[in-house]
Amino acid sequence: MNISLLSVAGYLVGIAALVGLNAVILVWLERKVAGHMQFRLGPMEVGPHGILQTLADGIKLVSKQLVIPDEADKPLFLLAPIVSLVPIFAAMVPLPFSETVQAWELNIGLLLIIALGLLNTLGILLAGWGSNNKYALLGGARAVAQILAYKIPLLICVMTIIMMTGSYSLRDIAIAQQGGWNVLYQPLLFIVYIITVTLETNRSPFDFSEAESELVAGFHTEYSGMGFSLFFLAEYSYMFIAAGLATVLFLGGWQGPWLPGVVWTLIKIYSIIFLMMWFRWTFPRVRIDQMLSFGWKILLPISLVNFIITAGVLAL
Amino acid sequence: MNRAVQPTYTLDKVSEENFALNLGPQHPGTHGVLRVVLHMDGEYILQADPVLGYGHRMQEKIAENMTYPQALPYVCRMDYLGALSYNLAWVLAVEKLCQFEVPERAEKIRVITTELNRISSHLLWWGAFLLDLGGFTPFLQALTDRELILDLLEEVTGSRLTYCYYRFGGLPSDVDDTWFTRVMEFIEGFRLRLPRYHDLVTGNVIFYHRAKDVGVILPFDAAGYGLSGPILRGSGIGFDVRRHEPYSGYERYNFEVPVDETGDCLGRYNVRMMEIEQSLNIVEQAIGSITEGPVRSKVPKLIKPPEGEVAMAVETPRGQLVIYIVSDGTKKPYRVKYRVPSFANLSIFAKLARGQLLADALAILGSMDMVIPEVDR
Repeated sequence: MNISLLSVAGYLVGIAALVGLNAVILVWLERKVAGHMQFRLGPMEVGPHGILQTLADGIKLVSKQLVIPDEADKPLFLLAPIVSLVPIFAAMVPLPFSETVQAWELNIGLLLIIALGLLNTLGILLAGWGSNNKYALLGGARAVAQILAYKIPLLICVMTIIMMTGSYSLRDIAIAQQGGWNVLYQPLLFIVYIITVTLETNRSPFDFSEAESELVAGFHTEYSGMGFSLFFLAEYSYMFIAAGLATVLFLGGWQGPWLPGVVWTLIKIYSIIFLMMWFRWTFPRVRIDQMLSFGWKILLPISLVNFIITAGVLAL
Repeated sequence: MNRAVQPTYTLDKVSEENFALNLGPQHPGTHGVLRVVLHMDGEYILQADPVLGYGHRMQEKIAENMTYPQALPYVCRMDYLGALSYNLAWVLAVEKLCQFEVPERAEKIRVITTELNRISSHLLWWGAFLLDLGGFTPFLQALTDRELILDLLEEVTGSRLTYCYYRFGGLPSDVDDTWFTRVMEFIEGFRLRLPRYHDLVTGNVIFYHRAKDVGVILPFDAAGYGLSGPILRGSGIGFDVRRHEPYSGYERYNFEVPVDETGDCLGRYNVRMMEIEQSLNIVEQAIGSITEGPVRSKVPKLIKPPEGEVAMAVETPRGQLVIYIVSDGTKKPYRVKYRVPSFANLSIFAKLARGQLLADALAILGSMDMVIPEVDR
């Protein structure tokens, strides 16, 4: 392997900048989207159209005291936000932004992202357990209870794409779609993917583990200041990863006319993120048992049947 | 299909899996200082014990230590979302006791303002219920329209929340004529916006599955627990004080009492949505038939009712309010008793929450439209 220390450092800084910048933009965007959907403007004061609002909030959050509850499991409590963020950070590595812009072309990049995504749930569980708060515990337990219901359909989605392409490499998958995007061949799968990914990122209407009206704030009830903002950072970075994966798997990655590849990738990613924000600000929350039966009884059969049909078509 | 598990275990069989969860007094789902101690088995509720009294202010005793006009503003602090109904109930009770006449114009303005207040209360409930179900946008949509009503009411009453507008024998001041046209304009615009509410929420499949068959109240239970208002009508019993014991000239208006047979959260939701439309009808009819005239009859400066007792029932946005006054002939009431709708309605919550998921219990609580200061009073 021919990787110089300098390029590794460069990519690390690049990813860190991307994670931070992405969170700043997404938090601002979410508040703007929410505002405009609710007949109001959203943040307007700090900077033009409030673009610097997140920065101001970030400074406030960083300067706040990190309150640790007396009875909390201190090591776990402090570890949880980091466990939640680091895997997401690492999952940025194999994500291709264009044919050339990619931190590391990994031949099992897809599997790596899926595996690291699971670790995020561990962070939520740790937070729920370590906080020693019943609401937080319920939130953490919910996060774990729902894993299988969405991970299996998600994995089958991904497997179908892998089967169509014959590669685990995200770059190869994107290149293989030169003839036509996968979403054209697998529209149903795309819908299943978007639903499972909304579940995976704990976004409304599936935000069980932080369900505000039920669990106060769920797993991060006891977190303040930086602990809270790390969870936030993880959530928004995870949205970015999930949308990035959707872009590569279904929307042909960086491919598009006229504009450079990186721009196309970002346009596609933020369109999908906008879709997820749209869900959040229009739907009420699903009940957890409804979500579980939806995952097992609808998403799983659909993705399985789709998988088998695809396999049959490919074999012909 | 009712999915609730029937708890076969009781609380004396404490296992390690059971725990007590304090829902409130500060919890976003209880809309006030209500505390519910939930005994849980995982996500299922074994038993729910509401703990009341965090907002107790001895409203009845306060009224007994004051003259009749002095007690008037206090009454409106009980149900801050339907303050005009309380205002009306107190005024009507004293008027009934002293046998004061009320001019027709005053009666009609009272009906118009009370019904507008009812709509604003139902709108806030609509938003808050969806907030309980996890949807945030409906809340702000409802508040946008509620704001218009508050502006209209502010203009005539002088306040935006705890109105104290009615006086014994009528109203303190007449209403500007252009106000009626503005109310009509609001109704016209609101009728156009009302389908949007249904588009956003009523037809939503997630909402439907969250509300359908959740928290079913049978008519027998509804009557037995003394429920009233939209909860009672959502269980198939079409009792409305405005229809069955008309006051303030409600017998003049042509309106329906919406009833839903299902008794679940969706039934209560539908009843309230239909009630909004009926209230709009009533306001339209009242404005259409309003005539010039005095708004206050001659009443003595010192209110000193004869010895006796009176009970006055009024339909507030939450149900039947009864104000019972015993007068001993002095200028202060001897005994005051408020029969408040929220208190009676809350009594069935423990029964409904048993065996339900936490999320469903909060949906049930949201569908009941509680005002906790009214419960505690």
